Amino acid sequence: MQTANKVSQQQLTGATGQQITCLRFTGDISSVSRDAVVGTYQALDKASHKRILLDFKGVEYLNSSGIALVIQVLMEASKAGQTVVICGLTPHFTKVFTMVGITKYAALYSDEAAALSAL
Amino acid sequence: MTVTSGSKVEVRLPSRLGFEKVAMSTAAGMAKLMGFSQDRIEDLKTAVAEACINAMEHGNQMNASIPVSVVLSMKPDELEVKVMDNGTGMETPVAAPDIDRKMSGEEEARGMGMFLIQALVDEAEWVSGTGTDEQSFVRLVIRMNKESE
Repeated sequence: MQTANKVSQQQLTGATGQQITCLRFTGDISSVSRDAVVGTYQALDKASHKRILLDFKGVEYLNSSGIALVIQVLMEASKAGQTVVICGLTPHFTKVFTMVGITKYAALYSDEAAALSAL
Repeated sequence: MTVTSGSKVEVRLPSRLGFEKVAMSTAAGMAKLMGFSQDRIEDLKTAVAEACINAMEHGNQMNASIPVSVVLSMKPDELEVKVMDNGTGMETPVAAPDIDRKMSGEEEARGMGMFLIQALVDEAEWVSGTGTDEQSFVRLVIRMNKESE
């Protein structure tokens, strides 16, 4: 019943030329997505990936266990001095992420272009 | 299709993660029939999914042979969803997640389901059963008059 989740990694360039690592998620983000979300983040070298964009545009289903995985990434990134921003959430999940306080630690943008222009 | 107040649908789910999406889809379909807006339907979908996951994990201890029963009842101007399990109930009241404590590791990153349920629907009530003869349930309600707020 769980739709397989996939993650792809891409290097992007921000508005002022900085390198940004984009992790794009698709499918379901739930308790079974630890490897895709936390594992993919942890595989990045923290010294060379200072700015990270989490793109949820392709996500079909997200629940509180999936949101907890995002919080774990934010927690580890904060300790490592990395900047994480988020894009591609639906209006509903933009509201949910705001309700649980994630916006205190990661800015939310409607899409990739808006995120890149702000980074 | 004529939507009649009093119509009721029951769904029985195995306690296996992923099946909460069946209840989500059913709730969304009924809310759409009643004329709820898409943003209220999204609120309901998340609340129903979280309620079903809690019932599977905490109520039925992920025993796939014990079903989670979901009863959706159309009432005048509101949709009620009862999610029932064989556990002994959830502790209430529900505390809002503290993102600072989660980020510092003082609070588990998980544990936001009940908060989301309460925040996203107009009424949420947790009722404890004995776990055997009498099921525990959470009752969720979304109301039409919320649309104008």
